[in-house]
Amino acid sequence: MLKALENISAFYANPTRFMALARQVHRPLWALAIGVLAYGLYRVAYVPADYQQGDSVRIMFVHVPAAWMSLFGYSFIFIASVTALIFRHPLGHVAARAAAPVGAVFTLLALITGSLWGQPMWGTWWVWDARLTSVLVLFFIYLGYIALWQAIDEPTRAARAASILAIVGFINVPIVKFSVDWWNTLHQPASVSRLARPALHADFLYPLLIMGAGFLVLFLALTLTRMQMEVLRQRLRARARKGEPPHV
Amino acid sequence: MRIFAAICSQHMHLSWRSGQTMLAVSFLFIAITLLPFGLGPELNLLRALAPGLLWVVLAISLLTGLERLFQADYEDGTLDRLLLVPLAFEAVVLAKLLGHYLALVLPLILAVPLAGLLLNIEAARLPVLLAAMLCGSPALVLLGGIGASLAVSVRRGGLLTVLIAMPFYVPVLIFGAAAARAGLETGVAVGPYLGILAALSAASLLLAPFAIAAALRSALR
Repeated sequence: MLKALENISAFYANPTRFMALARQVHRPLWALAIGVLAYGLYRVAYVPADYQQGDSVRIMFVHVPAAWMSLFGYSFIFIASVTALIFRHPLGHVAARAAAPVGAVFTLLALITGSLWGQPMWGTWWVWDARLTSVLVLFFIYLGYIALWQAIDEPTRAARAASILAIVGFINVPIVKFSVDWWNTLHQPASVSRLARPALHADFLYPLLIMGAGFLVLFLALTLTRMQMEVLRQRLRARARKGEPPHV
Repeated sequence: MRIFAAICSQHMHLSWRSGQTMLAVSFLFIAITLLPFGLGPELNLLRALAPGLLWVVLAISLLTGLERLFQADYEDGTLDRLLLVPLAFEAVVLAKLLGHYLALVLPLILAVPLAGLLLNIEAARLPVLLAAMLCGSPALVLLGGIGASLAVSVRRGGLLTVLIAMPFYVPVLIFGAAAARAGLETGVAVGPYLGILAALSAASLLLAPFAIAAALRSALR
């Protein structure tokens, strides 16, 4: 199993092979993302209004998956950076760089929808509650990571610095999480993680999981498109160095 | 060991001579002076907020000083030479961090009681606040060093350094301010908070020199 994975990853270390695969996967992936999201939204439209929160509970179906994706995105960047730094896989840096703005936007979306949801529920746009605060800090971690990529001109140097930051930052995330949790907790405890008996009613749970799957596929589709762009950008740069015309 | 001491004391001398220490301490007092203009001169309010404000001001003063940690040495080529020193590069990094700590951070912490006086803090609170700062500040310098080393090849990378280092400062600030708050309320033990701060410093001491050395090596390549 591991050996097979190793072979596959070694095969696609060649950017040309990766681009060939990406060209084939790209459209089905986008179609799947749009399809799952559309079905999820359809289900969300028929979810009964919550007996306490009314229709504003529907924000949850965007807010919670966006929050999942903010964490998934950073884990993705971490794994890609480890692959790049330790196993020297050439696509690792490309994947990490491509995923960063996507993850950052999902984090921002979680913050904004959280704020919109908090207004009717808590009566204020923002509270310094533990989870809001740690997601805000995560957003700043994303921003620092993206800014580092942009600030260093030389590509290999930028890639190494960014992967070091991704790894150190990944260790930092749980520490921030626990210290902020300890600092202040008002948010309801995670209600989906208890898989055996979720605190969420099935009427809410299944649309939420469908939306979560939709967001996941959307994340992968966006990242794949951005990876293709990144590989093309590298080729353009290489051509410019050789003084060739920029058509691909 | 002699080389370690030499690098450390050289960094300290340069900080002193170039006036960085004076500048950092002045920055701390300027920030403290600005606070009453923003918050109003009400002494009771300032007294209640003082421990938290002092922690935040200390952290910001540290962040503004981070840029000088490696940047000058990177630009004039000293860092290239330091790679050749017969000492693990991680130890060289640690020597520079220690020099930075002694030259910049310790004076800042020593200035805190005076700054606290301006904010009308109770004298009884000061020992706990200082103990918390002494336990937590090594972590601030070590983690800040990660930001400084990653941004070292960026010209005028000061703001980038701050953006990178800020998320790492959150846990230290939380427990630092908690220790300072617990110091006043009788019956709340301060020990555990100081322990957590010291643990954060110890963990950073294990991790940061390797990350910083790796970042500097890749910048020098």
